[in-house]
Amino acid sequence: MNNIKILVNGIVRENPTFVLLLGMCPTLGTTSSALNGMSMGLATMFVLICSNVVISALKRWIPDQVRIPAFIVIIATFVTIVQMVMEAFVPDLYASLGLFIPLIVVNCIVLGRAEAFAAKNQVVASAFDGIGIGLGFTLALTLLGIMREGLGTGKFFGLTFMPEEFGSLIFVLAPGAFIALGYLIALVNKLRKA
Amino acid sequence: MEYIIIFIAAIFVNNIVLSQFLGICPFLGVSKKVDTALGMSAAVMFVLTIATIVTFLIQKFVLDPFELGFMQTISFILVIAALVQMVEIVLKKVSPALYQALGVFLPLITTNCAILGVAILVIQKDYNLVQSVAFAVATAIGFALALIIFAGIREQLAMTNVPDGMKGTPIALITAGLLAMAFMGFAGIV
Repeated sequence: MNNIKILVNGIVRENPTFVLLLGMCPTLGTTSSALNGMSMGLATMFVLICSNVVISALKRWIPDQVRIPAFIVIIATFVTIVQMVMEAFVPDLYASLGLFIPLIVVNCIVLGRAEAFAAKNQVVASAFDGIGIGLGFTLALTLLGIMREGLGTGKFFGLTFMPEEFGSLIFVLAPGAFIALGYLIALVNKLRKA
Repeated sequence: MEYIIIFIAAIFVNNIVLSQFLGICPFLGVSKKVDTALGMSAAVMFVLTIATIVTFLIQKFVLDPFELGFMQTISFILVIAALVQMVEIVLKKVSPALYQALGVFLPLITTNCAILGVAILVIQKDYNLVQSVAFAVATAIGFALALIIFAGIREQLAMTNVPDGMKGTPIALITAGLLAMAFMGFAGIV
């Protein structure tokens, strides 16, 4: 029961993108299409779950003074694994996400959860926290990706539902990312208050 | 000529914040006042330049000769984290005045993805050392430009009547979007 609560907490109450406003760079940079956004979310989720589990398992042996560098090394290890796996098996996706895969290391969400949750809780609870926050992040990125791809090119995960001329390209370009996210956060704020 | 192109491209055309989406956290976080924006920009310029030089040397003299390319992410982030700590300690001893001005921003810089981003970008673009330094300085100027303009707008925005739902982050993001649109006008110069 408790674990379910942690899971839901990560998706809704402490949604990293809409509520905590963390990890803005990949949120804006990789959501030019729904598929890219979702892949980025899943890659981050993998790193988040693994680093949460390892850090909570090792927390007794990590001295307090050097915990941040230790966390960073653990996170960077999993990021490197993701990087190598993606480069080998999905090179096209790896090329389109580009710089943002190695930059998962400096994603505040991952280090933030390590510090705020995994360093204080048991392994199983930390794993659920990783899944919850990861799903929340993936959901937010997918939503923003669907919105930008839909408004910009009239496609939904690559399937055309509206002639391309009806879309406005600005949503796929840089300014559209800021504007779409701005309205999405405003909408979420409104729904949360209601 | 080559350096002028690197400068103009990094400052205006491929602005690090408004078209590359790196360093958004400080861009949204410390842009409420022009003074803090200036301090943050100076700190970023300082660390970005040093970090790019150090990571460049590590790539060329440690990672490349020993074929340790896969260690890039781990080694770069550790070097940057250590470097920021060191800059903080040295600055405290050597120039207390500068430390006073930049101090609060330094710890924040480790998680500024622009630093690691530029370190990896110069390797990907296959720049030499001088080009890398030029790119780092230009990127930092681009960051400063975007941050200071944005802070100026937000100072004015604080005095206007914004609809309830849009207060805070949403209006800031939409402002940034309009700013990015303005910067898109530079596309195609180089």
